[in-house]
Amino acid sequence: MSADERVLTYPIPNDAALDPPAEWAELRARCPVAHVTLPSGDRATLLTRYKDVKQVLADPRFTRLLNAPDAARLTADGGGVFSGEMAAIIPDGGEEHQHWRRLVGRWFTAKRMNAMRPAMTRIAEDLVDDMVKRGAPGDLRASLGFPLPVYVICDMLGVPAADRDRFSYWSDTLLNLTRYGKAETEAAQGEFFQYMSDLVAAKRAEPGDDLLSELISAGGPEEGGLSELQILVTGMALLVAGHETTANMIGKMVAMLLADRSRWERLLADPSLIRTAVEESLRFDANAGFGLPRYLTAEIEVGGTILPRGTTVICSMAAANRDETVFANAAEMDLTRSPNTHLAFGSGAHSCLGQALARTELQVVLEVLLRRLPTLELAVPVEKLERVEGLAVGGLREVPVRW
Amino acid sequence: MKVIVDEAKCCGAGQCVLTAPEVFDQREEDGVVVLLQPAPAEDLHAAVREAAAMCPGAAIRLDEDA
Ligand code: HEM
Repeated sequence: MSADERVLTYPIPNDAALDPPAEWAELRARCPVAHVTLPSGDRATLLTRYKDVKQVLADPRFTRLLNAPDAARLTADGGGVFSGEMAAIIPDGGEEHQHWRRLVGRWFTAKRMNAMRPAMTRIAEDLVDDMVKRGAPGDLRASLGFPLPVYVICDMLGVPAADRDRFSYWSDTLLNLTRYGKAETEAAQGEFFQYMSDLVAAKRAEPGDDLLSELISAGGPEEGGLSELQILVTGMALLVAGHETTANMIGKMVAMLLADRSRWERLLADPSLIRTAVEESLRFDANAGFGLPRYLTAEIEVGGTILPRGTTVICSMAAANRDETVFANAAEMDLTRSPNTHLAFGSGAHSCLGQALARTELQVVLEVLLRRLPTLELAVPVEKLERVEGLAVGGLREVPVRW
Repeated sequence: MKVIVDEAKCCGAGQCVLTAPEVFDQREEDGVVVLLQPAPAEDLHAAVREAAAMCPGAAIRLDEDA
Protein backbone atom coordinates (compact mmCIF):
# COMPACT_ATOMS: atom_id res chain seq x y z
CA MET A 1 0.00 0.00 0.00
CA SER A 2 1.40 3.44 -0.83
CA ALA A 3 1.65 6.17 1.75
CA ASP A 4 -1.28 8.01 0.20
CA GLU A 5 -3.67 5.12 0.65
CA ARG A 6 -2.73 4.40 4.21
CA VAL A 7 -5.20 5.64 6.82
CA LEU A 8 -3.58 6.84 10.03
CA THR A 9 -5.19 6.95 13.43
CA TYR A 10 -5.35 10.52 14.72
CA PRO A 11 -4.08 11.77 17.13
CA ILE A 12 -0.95 9.78 16.25
CA PRO A 13 -0.06 7.66 19.31
CA ASN A 14 3.18 8.85 20.93
CA ASP A 15 4.65 7.89 24.28
CA ALA A 16 7.61 10.25 24.32
CA ALA A 17 6.68 13.29 26.39
CA LEU A 18 8.79 15.85 24.56
CA ASP A 19 9.71 14.30 21.20
CA PRO A 20 7.65 14.28 18.01
CA PRO A 21 6.30 11.03 16.57
CA ALA A 22 8.44 9.64 13.71
CA GLU A 23 5.41 9.89 11.42
CA TRP A 24 5.61 13.69 11.17
CA ALA A 25 8.80 13.80 9.11
CA GLU A 26 7.54 10.97 6.94
CA LEU A 27 4.19 12.67 6.34
CA ARG A 28 5.77 16.02 5.49
CA ALA A 29 8.14 14.35 3.05
CA ARG A 30 5.85 11.84 1.39
CA CYS A 31 2.25 12.37 2.33
CA PRO A 32 1.61 16.01 3.16
CA VAL A 33 -2.14 15.62 2.58
CA ALA A 34 -2.98 12.49 4.56
CA HIS A 35 -6.15 10.58 5.33
CA VAL A 36 -6.76 10.05 9.04
CA THR A 37 -9.41 8.46 11.24
CA LEU A 38 -10.51 10.54 14.24
CA PRO A 39 -11.50 9.18 17.68
CA SER A 40 -15.15 9.35 16.50
CA GLY A 41 -14.36 6.98 13.62
CA ASP A 42 -14.98 9.78 11.09
CA ARG A 43 -12.42 10.55 8.38
CA ALA A 44 -10.49 13.78 8.02
CA THR A 45 -7.50 15.16 6.11
CA LEU A 46 -4.29 15.89 8.00
CA LEU A 47 -1.86 18.63 6.93
CA THR A 48 1.71 18.65 8.28
CA ARG A 49 3.71 20.98 6.00
CA TYR A 50 4.23 24.57 7.11
CA LYS A 51 3.06 26.09 3.85
CA ASP A 52 -0.13 24.02 3.69
CA VAL A 53 -1.08 24.50 7.35
CA LYS A 54 -0.57 28.23 7.06
CA GLN A 55 -2.54 28.43 3.82
CA VAL A 56 -5.62 26.80 5.34
CA LEU A 57 -5.44 28.64 8.68
CA ALA A 58 -4.99 32.01 7.03
CA ASP A 59 -7.94 31.50 4.67
CA PRO A 60 -10.74 33.57 6.23
CA ARG A 61 -13.43 31.46 4.54
CA PHE A 62 -12.77 28.47 6.79
CA THR A 63 -13.47 28.28 10.53
CA ARG A 64 -13.28 25.84 13.36
CA LEU A 65 -17.01 25.55 13.93
CA LEU A 66 -17.70 22.00 12.91
CA ASN A 67 -21.46 22.07 13.01
CA ALA A 68 -22.08 21.42 9.33
CA PRO A 69 -24.08 18.20 8.95
CA ASP A 70 -21.31 16.48 6.98
CA ALA A 71 -18.39 17.78 9.07
CA ALA A 72 -16.30 15.13 10.80
CA ARG A 73 -17.02 14.72 14.48
CA LEU A 74 -13.88 14.78 16.57
CA THR A 75 -15.02 12.45 19.33
CA ALA A 76 -17.86 9.96 19.54
CA ASP A 77 -19.95 12.14 21.85
CA GLY A 78 -19.35 15.18 19.65
CA GLY A 79 -18.36 17.23 22.70
CA GLY A 80 -15.22 19.11 23.53
CA VAL A 81 -14.32 22.75 23.42
CA PHE A 82 -14.66 23.05 19.65
CA SER A 83 -18.36 22.41 19.25
CA GLY A 84 -20.09 23.56 22.42
CA GLU A 85 -23.18 25.76 22.43
CA MET A 86 -21.14 28.50 24.03
CA ALA A 87 -18.80 28.64 21.07
CA ALA A 88 -21.74 29.65 18.86
CA ILE A 89 -22.53 32.82 20.84
CA ILE A 90 -19.29 34.51 19.83
CA PRO A 91 -19.34 35.31 16.10
CA ASP A 92 -17.28 32.79 14.20
CA GLY A 93 -16.39 34.60 11.01
CA GLY A 94 -16.68 37.63 8.79
CA GLU A 95 -17.26 41.19 9.87
CA GLU A 96 -19.11 40.27 13.07
CA HIS A 97 -16.16 38.23 14.25
CA GLN A 98 -13.77 41.05 13.44
CA HIS A 99 -16.02 43.47 15.32
CA TRP A 100 -15.99 41.20 18.40
CA ARG A 101 -12.22 40.80 18.20
CA ARG A 102 -11.65 44.51 18.07
CA LEU A 103 -13.90 45.20 21.05
CA VAL A 104 -12.04 42.63 23.12
CA GLY A 105 -8.66 43.17 21.47
CA ARG A 106 -8.03 46.52 23.10
CA TRP A 107 -7.36 44.59 26.29
CA PHE A 108 -4.69 42.46 24.72
CA THR A 109 -2.40 45.00 23.09
CA ALA A 110 1.36 44.81 23.53
CA LYS A 111 1.27 48.02 25.59
CA ARG A 112 -1.36 46.73 27.99
CA MET A 113 0.63 43.58 28.49
CA ASN A 114 3.74 45.56 29.32
CA ALA A 115 1.71 47.56 31.82
CA MET A 116 0.50 44.31 33.43
CA ARG A 117 4.00 42.84 33.64
CA PRO A 118 4.85 44.06 37.17
CA ALA A 119 1.60 42.62 38.59
CA MET A 120 2.22 39.31 36.79
CA THR A 121 5.77 39.22 38.16
CA ARG A 122 4.44 39.61 41.70
CA ILE A 123 1.93 36.79 41.18
CA ALA A 124 4.68 34.52 39.83
CA GLU A 125 7.04 35.40 42.69
CA ASP A 126 4.37 34.64 45.30
CA LEU A 127 3.61 31.28 43.69
CA VAL A 128 7.32 30.39 43.54
CA ASP A 129 7.73 31.40 47.22
CA ASP A 130 4.84 29.09 48.15
CA MET A 131 6.40 26.23 46.21
CA VAL A 132 9.75 26.78 47.94
CA LYS A 133 8.04 26.86 51.34
CA ARG A 134 6.47 23.46 50.67
CA GLY A 135 9.96 22.13 49.94
CA ALA A 136 11.63 20.24 47.11
CA PRO A 137 10.73 18.33 45.08
CA GLY A 138 7.74 20.31 43.87
CA ASP A 139 5.41 20.01 40.90
CA LEU A 140 5.95 23.07 38.76
CA ARG A 141 2.73 22.48 36.86
CA ALA A 142 0.51 22.49 39.92
CA SER A 143 2.48 25.14 41.82
CA LEU A 144 2.99 27.72 39.10
CA GLY A 145 1.79 26.75 35.62
CA PHE A 146 -1.78 25.99 36.57
CA PRO A 147 -2.62 28.90 38.94
CA LEU A 148 -0.75 31.76 37.23
CA PRO A 149 -2.93 32.17 34.08
CA VAL A 150 -6.13 31.97 36.17
CA TYR A 151 -4.93 34.64 38.59
CA VAL A 152 -3.94 36.90 35.71
CA ILE A 153 -7.21 36.53 33.80
CA CYS A 154 -9.17 37.04 37.05
CA ASP A 155 -7.36 40.37 37.49
CA MET A 156 -8.24 41.36 33.92
CA LEU A 157 -11.89 40.44 34.38
CA GLY A 158 -12.08 42.18 37.74
CA VAL A 159 -12.70 38.99 39.75
CA PRO A 160 -11.79 39.37 43.44
CA ALA A 161 -8.69 37.40 44.49
CA ALA A 162 -10.74 35.40 46.99
CA ASP A 163 -12.66 33.75 44.11
CA ARG A 164 -9.65 32.72 42.02
CA ASP A 165 -9.56 29.14 43.18
CA ARG A 166 -13.19 28.61 42.25
CA PHE A 167 -12.27 29.84 38.78
CA SER A 168 -9.48 27.27 38.55
CA TYR A 169 -11.93 24.53 39.42
CA TRP A 170 -14.56 25.67 36.90
CA SER A 171 -12.00 25.98 34.15
CA ASP A 172 -10.70 22.51 34.90
CA THR A 173 -14.15 20.93 34.82
CA LEU A 174 -15.01 22.63 31.53
CA LEU A 175 -11.94 21.23 29.84
CA ASN A 176 -11.30 18.00 31.59
CA LEU A 177 -14.20 15.86 30.52
CA THR A 178 -12.55 12.62 31.56
CA ARG A 179 -11.52 13.53 35.12
CA TYR A 180 -14.97 14.69 36.25
CA GLY A 181 -18.29 12.93 35.75
CA LYS A 182 -21.03 14.42 33.63
CA ALA A 183 -23.11 15.51 36.61
CA GLU A 184 -20.17 17.26 38.26
CA THR A 185 -19.20 18.99 34.99
CA GLU A 186 -22.73 20.25 34.44
CA ALA A 187 -23.09 21.47 38.01
CA ALA A 188 -19.78 23.34 37.74
CA GLN A 189 -20.76 24.92 34.42
CA GLY A 190 -24.04 26.06 35.95
CA GLU A 191 -22.25 27.63 38.90
CA PHE A 192 -19.71 29.33 36.64
CA PHE A 193 -22.44 30.74 34.43
CA GLN A 194 -24.34 32.04 37.47
CA TYR A 195 -21.18 33.58 38.92
CA MET A 196 -20.43 35.37 35.66
CA SER A 197 -24.03 36.65 35.34
CA ASP A 198 -23.79 38.10 38.83
CA LEU A 199 -20.36 39.56 38.11
CA VAL A 200 -21.56 41.28 34.92
CA ALA A 201 -24.58 42.66 36.81
CA ALA A 202 -22.29 43.95 39.58
CA LYS A 203 -19.98 45.62 37.03
CA ARG A 204 -22.96 47.21 35.33
CA ALA A 205 -24.05 48.71 38.66
CA GLU A 206 -20.56 49.71 39.68
CA PRO A 207 -18.04 49.74 36.84
CA GLY A 208 -14.36 49.12 37.61
CA ASP A 209 -11.17 49.32 35.61
CA ASP A 210 -11.49 45.91 34.01
CA LEU A 211 -12.36 44.19 30.76
CA LEU A 212 -15.98 43.35 31.62
CA SER A 213 -16.76 46.91 32.74
CA GLU A 214 -15.34 48.23 29.55
CA LEU A 215 -17.26 45.81 27.34
CA ILE A 216 -20.42 46.90 29.18
CA SER A 217 -19.62 50.58 28.69
CA ALA A 218 -19.44 50.08 24.90
CA GLY A 219 -23.25 49.68 25.06
CA GLY A 220 -25.54 46.99 23.60
CA PRO A 221 -25.50 45.68 20.02
CA GLU A 222 -27.44 48.78 18.81
CA GLU A 223 -24.63 51.02 20.04
CA GLY A 224 -21.92 48.87 18.52
CA GLY A 225 -21.24 46.82 21.66
CA LEU A 226 -22.06 43.26 22.67
CA SER A 227 -25.22 41.72 24.11
CA GLU A 228 -25.38 40.78 27.80
CA LEU A 229 -25.02 37.10 26.90
CA GLN A 230 -22.08 37.77 24.60
CA ILE A 231 -20.25 39.70 27.32
CA LEU A 232 -20.79 36.91 29.79
CA VAL A 233 -19.70 34.21 27.37
CA THR A 234 -16.68 36.27 26.30
CA GLY A 235 -15.59 36.37 29.94
CA MET A 236 -15.99 32.61 30.26
CA ALA A 237 -14.30 31.97 26.91
CA LEU A 238 -11.25 34.04 27.84
CA LEU A 239 -10.72 31.99 30.97
CA VAL A 240 -11.14 28.71 29.12
CA ALA A 241 -9.09 29.69 26.04
CA GLY A 242 -6.23 31.05 28.10
CA HIS A 243 -6.02 28.69 31.05
CA GLU A 244 -5.22 25.15 30.00
CA THR A 245 -3.16 26.32 27.00
CA THR A 246 -0.89 28.62 28.99
CA ALA A 247 -0.77 26.38 32.09
CA ASN A 248 0.46 23.45 30.03
CA MET A 249 2.85 25.57 28.02
CA ILE A 250 4.53 26.82 31.20
CA GLY A 251 5.14 23.23 32.28
CA LYS A 252 6.35 22.09 28.86
CA MET A 253 8.60 25.11 28.38
CA VAL A 254 10.36 24.58 31.70
CA ALA A 255 10.61 20.82 31.07
CA MET A 256 12.17 21.37 27.63
CA LEU A 257 14.66 23.87 29.00
CA LEU A 258 15.66 21.56 31.87
CA ALA A 259 15.67 18.37 29.80
CA ASP A 260 19.02 19.51 28.44
CA ARG A 261 20.36 21.60 31.27
CA SER A 262 22.86 23.43 29.04
CA ARG A 263 19.79 25.32 27.77
CA TRP A 264 18.97 26.51 31.28
CA GLU A 265 22.59 27.47 31.88
CA ARG A 266 22.68 29.43 28.65
CA LEU A 267 19.69 31.46 29.86
CA LEU A 268 21.26 31.99 33.29
CA ALA A 269 24.34 33.36 31.55
CA ASP A 270 22.32 35.54 29.20
CA PRO A 271 18.76 36.38 30.33
CA SER A 272 18.35 38.64 27.29
CA LEU A 273 17.55 35.40 25.44
CA ILE A 274 14.28 34.97 27.38
CA ARG A 275 12.14 36.40 24.57
CA THR A 276 13.56 34.20 21.81
CA ALA A 277 13.68 31.19 24.17
CA VAL A 278 9.93 31.52 24.76
CA GLU A 279 9.25 31.64 21.02
CA GLU A 280 11.48 28.63 20.42
CA SER A 281 9.69 26.71 23.18
CA LEU A 282 6.39 27.41 21.44
CA ARG A 283 7.83 26.23 18.13
CA PHE A 284 9.58 23.19 19.55
CA ASP A 285 6.60 21.90 21.54
CA ALA A 286 5.94 18.46 20.07
CA ASN A 287 3.12 17.79 22.53
CA ALA A 288 0.83 20.59 21.45
CA GLY A 289 -2.40 18.65 21.35
CA PHE A 290 -4.87 18.07 18.59
CA GLY A 291 -4.09 20.89 16.16
CA LEU A 292 -6.82 22.98 14.57
CA PRO A 293 -9.77 21.55 12.68
CA ARG A 294 -11.24 23.46 9.74
CA TYR A 295 -14.34 22.68 7.71
CA LEU A 296 -13.95 23.53 4.02
CA THR A 297 -16.93 25.44 2.71
CA ALA A 298 -15.37 25.58 -0.75
CA GLU A 299 -13.02 23.45 -2.81
CA ILE A 300 -9.33 24.37 -2.52
CA GLU A 301 -6.00 23.13 -3.75
CA VAL A 302 -3.46 22.37 -1.01
CA GLY A 303 0.01 21.04 -1.72
CA GLY A 304 -1.05 20.02 -5.23
CA THR A 305 -4.10 18.07 -4.05
CA ILE A 306 -7.68 19.20 -4.65
CA LEU A 307 -9.71 19.05 -1.45
CA PRO A 308 -13.43 19.04 -2.12
CA ARG A 309 -15.93 21.24 -0.35
CA GLY A 310 -17.17 19.49 2.79
CA THR A 311 -13.72 18.16 3.77
CA THR A 312 -12.72 18.40 7.43
CA VAL A 313 -9.06 19.34 7.61
CA ILE A 314 -6.83 18.96 10.68
CA CYS A 315 -3.93 21.41 10.70
CA SER A 316 -1.01 20.15 12.77
CA MET A 317 0.83 23.33 13.72
CA ALA A 318 3.31 21.33 15.79
CA ALA A 319 4.29 19.20 12.77
CA ALA A 320 4.47 22.35 10.62
CA ASN A 321 6.73 23.96 13.22
CA ARG A 322 9.29 21.20 12.60
CA ASP A 323 9.30 21.73 8.81
CA GLU A 324 12.94 21.74 7.68
CA THR A 325 12.13 23.77 4.57
CA VAL A 326 11.17 26.72 6.79
CA PHE A 327 13.24 26.29 9.98
CA ALA A 328 16.96 25.56 9.61
CA ASN A 329 17.92 22.65 11.90
CA ALA A 330 14.26 22.30 12.82
CA ALA A 331 14.99 19.36 15.13
CA GLU A 332 17.32 21.50 17.26
CA MET A 333 16.07 23.76 20.03
CA ASP A 334 17.88 27.01 19.23
CA LEU A 335 17.26 29.60 21.95
CA THR A 336 18.47 32.42 19.69
CA ARG A 337 16.26 31.60 16.67
CA SER A 338 14.95 34.84 15.12
CA PRO A 339 12.70 35.54 13.33
CA ASN A 340 10.70 32.59 14.56
CA THR A 341 7.56 32.41 12.46
CA HIS A 342 6.05 29.40 14.26
CA LEU A 343 2.35 28.63 14.05
CA ALA A 344 1.70 27.75 17.72
CA PHE A 345 -0.89 30.54 17.92
CA GLY A 346 -2.46 29.73 14.56
CA SER A 347 -2.51 32.25 11.73
CA GLY A 348 -4.83 34.78 10.16
CA ALA A 349 -8.06 36.33 11.37
CA HIS A 350 -8.59 33.73 14.11
CA SER A 351 -5.03 33.55 15.36
CA CYS A 352 -4.80 33.62 19.12
CA LEU A 353 -6.28 36.80 20.53
CA GLY A 354 -4.42 36.26 23.79
CA GLN A 355 -0.98 35.72 22.27
CA ALA A 356 0.56 38.91 23.66
CA LEU A 357 -0.74 37.88 27.09
CA ALA A 358 0.48 34.29 26.74
CA ARG A 359 3.92 35.48 25.61
CA THR A 360 4.18 37.90 28.51
CA GLU A 361 3.15 35.22 31.02
CA LEU A 362 5.73 32.79 29.66
CA GLN A 363 8.46 35.44 29.69
CA VAL A 364 7.60 36.47 33.25
CA VAL A 365 7.63 32.86 34.48
CA LEU A 366 11.03 32.26 32.93
CA GLU A 367 12.47 35.51 34.24
CA VAL A 368 11.25 34.83 37.78
CA LEU A 369 12.44 31.20 37.82
CA LEU A 370 15.90 32.08 36.49
CA ARG A 371 16.24 34.80 39.09
CA ARG A 372 14.74 33.01 42.11
CA LEU A 373 15.68 29.39 41.46
CA PRO A 374 18.84 29.33 39.32
CA THR A 375 19.63 25.80 40.54
CA LEU A 376 16.31 24.46 39.22
CA GLU A 377 16.45 20.97 37.69
CA LEU A 378 14.12 18.12 36.81
CA ALA A 379 13.59 15.78 39.76
CA VAL A 380 12.93 12.79 37.47
CA PRO A 381 14.64 11.54 34.31
CA VAL A 382 13.06 12.99 31.12
CA GLU A 383 11.76 9.51 30.19
CA LYS A 384 9.59 9.55 33.31
CA LEU A 385 7.63 12.65 32.22
CA GLU A 386 4.11 11.68 31.24
CA ARG A 387 1.71 13.26 28.78
CA VAL A 388 -1.73 14.43 29.84
CA GLU A 389 -4.38 12.34 28.20
CA GLY A 390 -6.83 14.78 26.74
CA LEU A 391 -8.04 15.83 23.37
CA ALA A 392 -7.59 19.50 22.76
CA VAL A 393 -4.51 20.72 24.60
CA GLY A 394 -1.29 18.79 25.09
CA GLY A 395 0.64 18.91 28.33
CA LEU A 396 2.58 17.05 30.99
CA ARG A 397 0.80 15.50 33.96
CA GLU A 398 3.45 16.71 36.36
CA VAL A 399 6.72 18.58 36.07
CA PRO A 400 8.66 17.41 39.17
CA VAL A 401 11.49 19.81 39.97
CA ARG A 402 14.04 20.48 42.72
CA TRP A 403 16.35 23.42 43.36
CA MET B 1 12.12 50.89 2.34
CA LYS B 2 8.41 51.67 2.36
CA VAL B 3 6.04 50.02 4.86
CA ILE B 4 2.39 49.43 3.98
CA VAL B 5 -0.12 48.14 6.53
CA ASP B 6 -3.54 46.69 5.80
CA GLU B 7 -5.88 47.55 8.68
CA ALA B 8 -8.55 45.16 7.44
CA LYS B 9 -6.20 42.20 7.79
CA CYS B 10 -4.76 43.25 11.16
CA CYS B 11 -5.76 40.84 13.94
CA GLY B 12 -4.30 42.90 16.77
CA ALA B 13 -1.76 40.34 17.95
CA GLY B 14 0.73 43.07 18.76
CA GLN B 15 3.75 41.20 17.43
CA CYS B 16 4.88 44.17 15.32
CA VAL B 17 4.84 46.49 18.35
CA LEU B 18 6.92 44.04 20.34
CA THR B 19 9.39 43.62 17.48
CA ALA B 20 9.71 47.16 16.10
CA PRO B 21 8.16 49.62 18.58
CA GLU B 22 9.72 52.60 16.78
CA VAL B 23 7.73 51.81 13.63
CA PHE B 24 4.47 50.24 14.79
CA ASP B 25 1.92 50.97 17.48
CA GLN B 26 -1.62 49.81 18.24
CA ARG B 27 -4.75 51.95 18.47
CA GLU B 28 -6.05 52.32 22.02
CA GLU B 29 -9.67 51.60 21.02
CA ASP B 30 -9.28 48.27 19.27
CA GLY B 31 -5.66 47.16 19.05
CA VAL B 32 -5.42 47.74 15.28
CA VAL B 33 -1.98 48.58 13.91
CA VAL B 34 -0.81 52.20 13.64
CA LEU B 35 2.11 52.90 11.34
CA LEU B 36 4.42 55.41 13.02
CA GLN B 37 7.08 55.52 10.31
CA PRO B 38 6.13 54.64 6.72
CA ALA B 39 9.76 55.06 5.61
CA PRO B 40 11.91 53.85 8.51
CA ALA B 41 15.62 54.58 8.69
CA GLU B 42 18.15 51.95 7.66
CA ASP B 43 18.98 50.81 11.19
CA LEU B 44 15.34 49.75 11.71
CA HIS B 45 15.03 47.67 8.54
CA ALA B 46 15.98 44.35 10.13
CA ALA B 47 13.39 44.76 12.90
CA VAL B 48 10.73 45.81 10.37
CA ARG B 49 11.44 42.75 8.19
CA GLU B 50 11.12 40.56 11.25
CA ALA B 51 7.82 42.24 12.19
CA ALA B 52 6.47 41.67 8.68
CA ALA B 53 7.52 38.01 8.76
CA MET B 54 5.97 37.45 12.18
CA CYS B 55 2.62 39.17 11.54
CA PRO B 56 -0.08 36.49 11.96
CA GLY B 57 -2.48 38.38 9.71
CA ALA B 58 0.04 39.05 6.92
CA ALA B 59 -1.03 42.68 7.28
CA ILE B 60 2.43 44.24 6.80
CA ARG B 61 3.85 44.63 3.30
CA LEU B 62 7.29 45.99 2.49
CA ASP B 63 8.44 47.73 -0.64
CA GLU B 64 12.18 47.21 -0.40
CA ASP B 65 13.01 49.33 -3.48
CA ALA B 66 11.25 52.47 -2.36
C1 HEM C 1 0.53 29.35 25.16
C2 HEM C 1 -0.73 29.66 25.27
C3 HEM C 1 -1.73 29.67 24.15
C4 HEM C 1 -1.75 28.97 22.98
C5 HEM C 1 -0.74 27.94 22.47
C6 HEM C 1 -2.94 29.41 22.25
C7 HEM C 1 -3.29 28.94 21.01
C8 HEM C 1 -4.37 29.40 20.27
C9 HEM C 1 -4.65 29.02 18.92
C10 HEM C 1 -3.85 28.03 18.08
C11 HEM C 1 -5.78 29.69 18.53
C12 HEM C 1 -6.43 29.66 17.14
C13 HEM C 1 -7.74 28.94 17.10
C14 HEM C 1 -8.26 28.84 15.67
O1 HEM C 1 -7.68 29.39 14.73
O2 HEM C 1 -9.26 28.17 15.48
C15 HEM C 1 -6.20 30.50 19.65
C16 HEM C 1 -7.32 31.32 19.65
C17 HEM C 1 -7.72 32.06 20.72
N1 HEM C 1 -7.02 32.24 21.91
FE1 HEM C 1 -5.28 31.37 22.43
N2 HEM C 1 -3.61 30.34 23.00
C18 HEM C 1 -2.90 30.55 24.15
C19 HEM C 1 -3.22 31.44 25.18
C20 HEM C 1 -4.33 32.26 25.18
C21 HEM C 1 -4.65 33.23 26.22
C22 HEM C 1 -3.78 33.52 27.45
C23 HEM C 1 -5.84 33.80 25.88
C24 HEM C 1 -6.67 34.85 26.58
C25 HEM C 1 -6.84 34.99 27.81
C26 HEM C 1 -6.27 33.21 24.63
C27 HEM C 1 -7.43 33.54 23.97
C28 HEM C 1 -7.76 33.10 22.71
C29 HEM C 1 -9.00 33.47 22.02
C30 HEM C 1 -10.09 34.38 22.55
C31 HEM C 1 -8.97 32.83 20.77
C32 HEM C 1 -10.02 32.90 19.66
C33 HEM C 1 -9.66 33.97 18.69
C34 HEM C 1 -10.63 34.09 17.53
O3 HEM C 1 -11.35 33.14 17.22
O4 HEM C 1 -10.64 35.17 16.91
N3 HEM C 1 -5.32 32.29 24.23
N4 HEM C 1 -5.32 30.32 20.69
